[in-house]
Amino acid sequence: MSTSTEIREQVRTRQWMDRAFAWLCGGATLVSVSILVMLIGKIVIEGVARVNWQLLTSFPSRFPEQAGVKSALVGSLWLIVLTAFISVGVGVGAAVYLEEYVPKTRIRGLIQTNIANLAGVPSIVYGILGLGLFVRAISLQQSLIAGALTLSLVILPIIIMASQESLRAVPDSIRHASYALGATRWQTIRHQVLPASIPGIMTGVILALSRALGEAAPLVMIGALNYVAFLPQGLRDPFTALPIQIFNWTSRPQPEFHELAAAAILVLLAMLLGMNAIAVFVRYRYAKHIRW
Amino acid sequence: MVSDVVRIGSSSDMLSKPADRRISEKLIHVFLFLCASVSVLTTVGIVLVLLVETVQFFTEISVFEFLTGTRWTPLLRPQHFGILPLLCGTVWVAVGAGIIALPLGLCTAIFLSEYASPRVRGIVKPLLEILAGIPSVVYGYFAVVMISPLIRQVIPSADVFNAVSASLVLAVMILPMVVSLSEDMLRSVPGSLREAAYALGSTKLDVTCRVVVPAALSGIIASFLLSVSRAVGETMAVTLAAGATPNLTWNPTESIQTMTAYIVQVSLGDTPAGSIEYRTIFAVGMTLFVTTLTMNILAQWVLARYREDYE
Repeated sequence: MSTSTEIREQVRTRQWMDRAFAWLCGGATLVSVSILVMLIGKIVIEGVARVNWQLLTSFPSRFPEQAGVKSALVGSLWLIVLTAFISVGVGVGAAVYLEEYVPKTRIRGLIQTNIANLAGVPSIVYGILGLGLFVRAISLQQSLIAGALTLSLVILPIIIMASQESLRAVPDSIRHASYALGATRWQTIRHQVLPASIPGIMTGVILALSRALGEAAPLVMIGALNYVAFLPQGLRDPFTALPIQIFNWTSRPQPEFHELAAAAILVLLAMLLGMNAIAVFVRYRYAKHIRW
Repeated sequence: MVSDVVRIGSSSDMLSKPADRRISEKLIHVFLFLCASVSVLTTVGIVLVLLVETVQFFTEISVFEFLTGTRWTPLLRPQHFGILPLLCGTVWVAVGAGIIALPLGLCTAIFLSEYASPRVRGIVKPLLEILAGIPSVVYGYFAVVMISPLIRQVIPSADVFNAVSASLVLAVMILPMVVSLSEDMLRSVPGSLREAAYALGSTKLDVTCRVVVPAALSGIIASFLLSVSRAVGETMAVTLAAGATPNLTWNPTESIQTMTAYIVQVSLGDTPAGSIEYRTIFAVGMTLFVTTLTMNILAQWVLARYREDYE
């Protein structure tokens, strides 16, 4: 016969287990967050002393005390601007087509699945595509434009999916009102739907571009150079980029180069942080004006 | 008169003649269609590029040797083309990363979704998003300067580059992905289910483990699959941390090589296009592509097949 003390005992055990589980989950979260703190902390401690004007204005060198990220920084800036030019129009165009033009049929479902799968393809496989297609087949060689085209393909699925989500958030009543006033489909998109969804699209685009800024694997595949002591002058020039410079310095055994790598990482992270800040700003700045 | 009005600019397309407008609408339609077809062409491109060179590769090396050979030394003489050592390396780091990141990530997700106050959640979630936005090569640096020396202190016999460091750093990399995907799934379980369980006298532990997690199970499994697939395809961090020794081994403290790291190794050297060494990139790339694609499709299938709907 179950007495009240037995029940009380059982309740106490359950309460104890409940609390233990809460602590377990809280502990897991603490571990996750402290990894981030450790990571950033280590990089700052190692690298902050080396972040100076000389780092930004010197070419890489065999002598760690003279080396800098000038060519890598300029290469990364070139790449990011070119990638933006190539990918944004195509990505947003594809999203508009899928959301506003194609009826919800099987074909659209297939394209959608295809895009979701492309987002899961490892970036190095895009590098192989870039090598086979841009570098060899259309013989762009190891040029900036080949790098930018490859990076564009890497981030295209991200841009498309983010833009689609943003377009979907615009209520149909806006479209219907526009059609009722005699606007065509494109006029409706151009003057109503796109302006309303621009903040979301911009946020997605900036996040996608910051992914491109950090990518090294596809660039290694298409043959971005390790050691570049000149600045690219045009689209067909060879180049290097920040992540590649970091990879190169990290893979050397000397600790002086590891310090340089940490400093270069800080430069890269600062750029990423800047882009994210812009994304947050855009979201806040424009989100206020929209009220459905 | 009309042409003056047309020149005013932004209102021009409103006032142009219906015929012009119909043509421009058509043109825009075609242009947007072309944009959308880029994504399909990308897939076709990936498959074609991989397939063409892989088929060439298999005219010289038998599929059987490739899939069952236990030595991988295409860059040395005598050459051997058995992919098992590379697969072994990839499985080591991906499974190792999963063993650490999946439970840790799920517990963090449970904490954020079920236990944390909105304020704590508002701080922790963006922090984990930062972790997700850090480039792969930075994790490689982390592995080389921090994790490997640590491992070597604990296990002095470990190689400088080893599978354990690579697994650990990959675990850190996929952790935010596990957390954010699983947390979305946990939060999509409606509150009424939780309240019903509380009304029956459940503790928070019961609610979480017997109601919320089972209800979100398909999503959690899908998030696990996607994260491990990400780990399989991860390149720069693994290249820096795991070493460059294709190694069919049971010892995770030895230096190994993953498929991705091998591809990087070949492309950093100067292998002439058209040689058998060059074609190994595509054969290994194909294996990698098929592996990750299978896992991603499996994840989508699990989501679609076992999704619980609470509408």
